[in-house]
Amino acid sequence: MKWDEFFVTGDPFIYAADASIVFTSIGIVFVLTYYKKWKWLWSEWLTTVDHKKIGIMYIIAAVLMLFRGGVDALLMRAQITAPGSEILKSQHYNEIFTTHGTIMIIFMAMPFLIGLINFAVPLQIGARDVAYPYLNAVSFWTFFFGAMLFNISFVIGGSPSAGWTSYVPLAGEELSPGPGQNYYLLGLQIAGIGTLLTGINFLVTILKMRAPGMSIIRMPMFTWSTLITMILIIFAFPVLTVALALMTFDRLFGSHFLTLADGGLPMLWLNLFWIWGHPEVYIVILPAFGIFSEIISTFARKTLFGYKAMVWSMVSIAGLSFIVWVHHFFTMGANAVVNSFFSITTMAIAIPTGVKIFNWLFTLYKGRIKITSAMLWSLAFIPNFTIGGVTGVMLAMAAADYQYHNTYFLVSHFHYVLISGTVFACFAGLYFWYPKMFGHRLNERIGKWSFWLFMIGFNVCFFPMYFLGLDGMPRRIYTYEWADGWFDLNVVATIGAIGMAIGFVLLIYNIYWSFRYAERETTGDPWDGRTLEWSTHTPVPFYNFAIIPEVSGLDAYSRMKRDPAQEKKKEYKPIHMPNYSGKPIFMSVAFFISGFGLVFEWWWMAILGLIGVLAMLLLRSFDYDDGYYVPVDEVERIEKSYE
Amino acid sequence: MAKKCSHFPWQHLIGFLLSIVLTLVALWAGLYSGFSMTIIIVIIVTLASVQAIIQLFMFMHMTESSNGKHQTHVMIHSAFIAVILVAGTIWVLSYGFH
Repeated sequence: MKWDEFFVTGDPFIYAADASIVFTSIGIVFVLTYYKKWKWLWSEWLTTVDHKKIGIMYIIAAVLMLFRGGVDALLMRAQITAPGSEILKSQHYNEIFTTHGTIMIIFMAMPFLIGLINFAVPLQIGARDVAYPYLNAVSFWTFFFGAMLFNISFVIGGSPSAGWTSYVPLAGEELSPGPGQNYYLLGLQIAGIGTLLTGINFLVTILKMRAPGMSIIRMPMFTWSTLITMILIIFAFPVLTVALALMTFDRLFGSHFLTLADGGLPMLWLNLFWIWGHPEVYIVILPAFGIFSEIISTFARKTLFGYKAMVWSMVSIAGLSFIVWVHHFFTMGANAVVNSFFSITTMAIAIPTGVKIFNWLFTLYKGRIKITSAMLWSLAFIPNFTIGGVTGVMLAMAAADYQYHNTYFLVSHFHYVLISGTVFACFAGLYFWYPKMFGHRLNERIGKWSFWLFMIGFNVCFFPMYFLGLDGMPRRIYTYEWADGWFDLNVVATIGAIGMAIGFVLLIYNIYWSFRYAERETTGDPWDGRTLEWSTHTPVPFYNFAIIPEVSGLDAYSRMKRDPAQEKKKEYKPIHMPNYSGKPIFMSVAFFISGFGLVFEWWWMAILGLIGVLAMLLLRSFDYDDGYYVPVDEVERIEKSYE
Repeated sequence: MAKKCSHFPWQHLIGFLLSIVLTLVALWAGLYSGFSMTIIIVIIVTLASVQAIIQLFMFMHMTESSNGKHQTHVMIHSAFIAVILVAGTIWVLSYGFH
């Protein structure tokens, strides 16, 4: 292989990206060296097993990925604003919509939510860390290096270009030769390890580590949504692992699981992909429901309406999510019985979702509502998400779907549910838990500007797409003709996209502004919170709770505030904590090396990487590390420092 | 805990070796046995089921619990998903393609 096949060449955008990567890397190395921060970075962050720090690292990585996915989106909008424009070539456009979709789902939405889960859930259930802190670090680093492997594709070797769904035979060896599609397979495979481990970790954490008195029907709603999401992860992700492995074998080792020739079954890929893919969309929406439930209840200053109905509706959504997958390929041409079955199960999901919508509305009813940025995102979620949901029911009708399939109607539908559901929830959750993470609030004024620009921009961008879809504009086309008549609405959509971009930039500016100037938060309870995460100090001590709280009912912290008598007894005990470890990051680097070798079919490198992974597993097996105890006088000293 | 860990994990080793042997037998059946397609599929599916059971008992702590409540729950749920996955896939991919 020659160097000009190894690096992507010939496109000015890519050269600009090359330059920016080199300069950013030099900049980071320079700043770390100048301020002598290398040791701090290694011992405080890279080796950490603390769920709060891992959560923050997840969120930082997710915001970076949101930036990258957003730039992809803007480039796409720029290209298709006017007919016949030549900003991007067709291959480049294909690469960009592929990476946009993959990054936004796998490397932005999930990590952002898992970051918030990591930070908030152990605090909400009164635990000192997750059940397997070491595994949690492995989760983060495999996700991170999986994401990096996927992201370097656009400067080294070329990006995948078969869509985020990577349907065969298009994604197969003959039609997508070269390393691009391998990046997709290996990047997702490595990041998937991390997601599966997170699923197991938080399932055990929530089932086994709740504070005394917190029975399963006294858990906060965000914890409930996390529990159900983790069950979905455990059952859905192995299907993706198998599907990715089948395609990897086809591409690298010449097997014929999914090929057209020699008895392969291309539709099996679609089938397996969506058996994972549909639960996946609930994996990114259920935690969002949990976040909105917490925020709406906090700022309406009422207990959540219909707690049990909320839980049962999430359980039924999760159950139904496994029996709707065929609605993604109604047009495959299965018979009427198959399509009708999946049509009905799909429509049935609207029922529990509707129950949840009404429960949020009834929580607001007669509440003393306080409009904060977090609350604004949550309030905007309800009508916007409903639009997405209603168009979802339209798509669920198999006969009508033949008309909507693969058009901008579908594009608009899933952006309405994923942006006003998941992205709004990520922002809302960030505003909500920010004071707990960093010891100061985000500025409300900038926050509201950012909200209105993003929310209005979002509607201006995506609402016209419903009509573009009904006018017959197919998705994933890089250009069209004047005669098609799609120009006007595409201009409107691009204006909306610019509004969203400004909203995002303001959010980042808000983080900077608040870091410099915002008032420091010392109470630990800036929003008059209802759940246990607000009962501990800000910034949260590394052991979370000096004394594990006793829970007497729902909204545990509200009860404590109303009845402070029981808070008196303060007898500290030594606190058992896990040790930090560098093995997770080394193991993930080894995974990265192995993955990179497989992408280019450099077997020596792939084997070397796998030996590294095995060596780390072996080292860990003989590592009898039982953690350490924080002595009572140190706990006393730390607790005094907050007074 | 520390005491339990110092024992040699015989169960894991036996399970691991059995899994490798079963996989090799399946590979042999598929590549070199020369049986008819139906027989090969029956052999592979049988070996896979045996291996799943071995893994459940040797690695997955199926027998370690004061009562079997959790295990029963998890197994029923897994069986439900497995049936949907396998039966659903066959149903979806074989109908409408006559």
